[in-house]
Amino acid sequence: MATVAHDEHDHHEESFVSKYIFSHDHKMIAKQFLMTAVFMGVVAMLLSILFRIQLAWPGEASDFVSFFLGDQWAPGGVMKEDMYLGLVTIHGTIMVFFLLTGGLSGTFSNLLIPLQVGARDMASGFLNMLSYWFFFLSSIIMLASLFVESGPAMSGWTVYPPLSALPQAVSGSGLGMTLWLFSMAIFIASSLIGSLNYIVTVLNLRTKGMAMTKLPLTIWAFFITAIIGVLSFPVLFSAALLLIMDRMAGTSFYLSDIIVGGEMLTQHGGSPLLYQHLFWFLGHPEVYIVLIPALGLSSEVISTNSRKPIFGYRAMIGSILAIAFLSFIVWAHHMFVTGMNPFLGSVFVFTTLLIAIPSAVKVFNYITTLWKGSIIFTPAMLFTIGLVSTFITGGVTGIILADAALDITIHDTYFVVAHFHVVMGLSAVFGMFAGVYHWFPKMFGRMLNTRMGYAHFWITIIGAYGVFFPMHFVGLAGAPRRYYNYSVYQDFDVESFDLMLDLNIIITVFAIIAALGQIIFLFNFFYSIFRGPKADQNPWRSNTLEWTTPVEHIHGNWPGELPTVHRWPYDYSKPGAEADFIPQNVPLKDGEEEH
Amino acid sequence: MVEKLVIIAVIILGVIAIAQLMRVYEISSKLRKNNEAEISTRDNRLNANMMLLFMFGLFGGFIWLMLTYGWTGRGEAASIHGAEIDWLLNLNFIIIISVFFITNTLLFFFAFKYVKKPGVKAFFYPHNNKLEMLWTITPAVVLAVIIILGLKTWNEATADAKAESIRVELFSKQFDWTARYSGVDNTLGKFDYKLTTDNNELAILTTNTIDTAIQNMESGISGIKALESKLNDTHLMLAPADRNAMVKDLNRKNKLVRLLYQMKGRHDSKLDAQAWDDFIQKDTLYLCKGKEYEFNFRSKDVIHSAYFPHFRAQMNTVPGMTTRFKFVPSLSTAEMREKKNDTQFNYALLCNKICGGAHYKMKMMVVVLEEPDYKKWEDSKLTQTFRDKYFASTAVVEEEM
Repeated sequence: MATVAHDEHDHHEESFVSKYIFSHDHKMIAKQFLMTAVFMGVVAMLLSILFRIQLAWPGEASDFVSFFLGDQWAPGGVMKEDMYLGLVTIHGTIMVFFLLTGGLSGTFSNLLIPLQVGARDMASGFLNMLSYWFFFLSSIIMLASLFVESGPAMSGWTVYPPLSALPQAVSGSGLGMTLWLFSMAIFIASSLIGSLNYIVTVLNLRTKGMAMTKLPLTIWAFFITAIIGVLSFPVLFSAALLLIMDRMAGTSFYLSDIIVGGEMLTQHGGSPLLYQHLFWFLGHPEVYIVLIPALGLSSEVISTNSRKPIFGYRAMIGSILAIAFLSFIVWAHHMFVTGMNPFLGSVFVFTTLLIAIPSAVKVFNYITTLWKGSIIFTPAMLFTIGLVSTFITGGVTGIILADAALDITIHDTYFVVAHFHVVMGLSAVFGMFAGVYHWFPKMFGRMLNTRMGYAHFWITIIGAYGVFFPMHFVGLAGAPRRYYNYSVYQDFDVESFDLMLDLNIIITVFAIIAALGQIIFLFNFFYSIFRGPKADQNPWRSNTLEWTTPVEHIHGNWPGELPTVHRWPYDYSKPGAEADFIPQNVPLKDGEEEH
Repeated sequence: MVEKLVIIAVIILGVIAIAQLMRVYEISSKLRKNNEAEISTRDNRLNANMMLLFMFGLFGGFIWLMLTYGWTGRGEAASIHGAEIDWLLNLNFIIIISVFFITNTLLFFFAFKYVKKPGVKAFFYPHNNKLEMLWTITPAVVLAVIIILGLKTWNEATADAKAESIRVELFSKQFDWTARYSGVDNTLGKFDYKLTTDNNELAILTTNTIDTAIQNMESGISGIKALESKLNDTHLMLAPADRNAMVKDLNRKNKLVRLLYQMKGRHDSKLDAQAWDDFIQKDTLYLCKGKEYEFNFRSKDVIHSAYFPHFRAQMNTVPGMTTRFKFVPSLSTAEMREKKNDTQFNYALLCNKICGGAHYKMKMMVVVLEEPDYKKWEDSKLTQTFRDKYFASTAVVEEEM
């Protein structure tokens, strides 16, 4: 009876506002998240090109820089020191939070959770809508902070106090920082509402037969990501709240014995290290909030396009769980040289290096999935292989950084920058691209152009490695991060100075190439939404439930009854079957064994 | 302006050109009945070959970088623990670079080899417990070695300094470093940030500096008395905002001066001797080869990080707390210049924690001397202790007043 009622409910006419703007439909909300994220991603990438130009050609006038920054921040086409820090800060903030947290989870958790578990929609459509609009609002505030007279936040994306607490210390710690904090507070609200919704939906709205052990790895990844988010984001919220109090109410949570701008402050007894502990208690799980959804998406893509089951399904789930658990007890590896007790440091060395084990399991399982497969190189598959490669390359350098003794000399150098960009930036972005290419037909009912996808992938991976591989060497040579230029080395170590400058030019050139490569994607994306060839219902011949819904989106996802699940999602090339795929809603044949 | 218009015009024309190309492509693919989901054998092969090509390019680029910049491009460490760190770093690099090559090779090679071939079905292979155990246990064993060696080096590097280590304080502020040597008694005098005055930049604690700070706070140019007289002056018209700022300033100073009087009451003048023999050194930090130094780090304003790239040493400086790090310089500046074949080379102390606009310029030169030269330098400094300089400058201040 319920389904009949639902059918009637499906066909009511919707106004433009309720369909496209304040929509409760998870598929529309997913698209809204994706569009916002693409926009934010383009902005953040542009910011990075601006500061890359400064690093490669320090002090040289650039029309490009002057075009975007104007006379106030780039008089004569050379950006100011403060603005350099502002660009670095906002680039990091947008990439980490807006593109890879809000954008990645927001898009794909929303799109795929109801479709792959077999639900009509999210548990609460209203909260889901709210989650998007909070995200939108926080994005607007963050972007607005770029246009403030005194500049955006300038204390790095980690906004460590006292620098971020004292407007006398740097101009961006004025209104720009206030906006940053309010934007993040709203962002966190968005993320929490979204995550609660994802968790409830996965736990309660699975269709008949969809046991937890039959869930696609994408859903496992989104589910665990949401749990990590719910447990860690509130801690950042409280850290931000205390920082707001220190800035506005004269409290001394993070401040003690400070003289700044000639003024002797009375705050006493606070600790800047407290902020760092609170920040990284979110900050490290955040890395996995960014990465795990990408791993989930790529697991699905690699299995479908190798026409093979994902190798070690249970080990894959187990390793995600292990990574998620460990991610909560490793945060202080960001703080080895902050003055924290060295014994505490050794504990964190141990827990951090343990993460390498489940990560290694995942990598080998990916590789074994390819072994003896029948690989089809869709653009999504290319990006997935790119992800595995960057996950390896960036992961192994983590072993160096987790080792406190080695971290002493490379902490806060470009080696760190290279490490996290490869392992979490590139891997997550590649996972997100894989997701967009793979599920574009589901989102928009049309196909992306494959050839452009190929060009996009090869330019992106060549550009990306071209940027981040040399960056390791810049860091090992001793280049601190967040330096406006490296002229200081000219005074005492010319050899190192030359290395840094040479490599910085190479890096910037590759960054520009990679950025131009994204134009291909943007064009393909927007063009195909309107003019791409119409998609088939199941274009990749995939097993999961989203491909059993009609191409045209309908409210409630399935026109009739919800599908019943009979098997796991990875019956590809199963011996005894005619086709090389068996969707999850196909009953087991007589005598057929589950995998 | 014209340039910008031309650029915009070129971009628009470019987009139109691509759109036209797409139209052509669209029509032709409709004719070929290609809906983008079917990947042709040719495209598959092309990408498979690209995988292999890319792998060689990636490895080639890596090897080129290593050859050009000399393994990791770091040069020799100039401290005893630094040499150990470098040894460990090299060992770790050998491990991770092997893993990098092996796994990336497997990945790209499998991607190349197992590309779809007509008539060949994929091998249904959902799991294998033995294999999975293998790649759980192998990394675990390797990591155990890494952890044990790493913790050994870490514990040595961060252990307490020996009693006879030379104590030096490094004081950081936006955007420079100041060193304070502990003088003949090898004990640094105490400090309190409230004692900061023009002739006591490092806020060193002695009976006299407390008095000066109180006097400064009460009767200085913008001290409490000056503020009060301005606020009480009925002839003076103050904008409300200025008045508020002055009241706030006055409250702050009243609070601070109360604390200074408490400090004065508690102060034990026997401690003064520890401070008077300290001497302050700007611009260049002199160290003696082969001696252990314990650095005590302080910050006046925001977090900085004392980063000695050549000595493989680093520690944040945190306002409100003292942090410590020790090392033994093992190569003098002259020796390192010879090794590097660069007569202009110097060691340096840099800031490695974002601290504001001029963060990238915050530096102090470091010079490591052989013991006789160091002694000579130290002797010359021992005649210019904090006591000498302090009383010389207060005398000047008093004369001016």
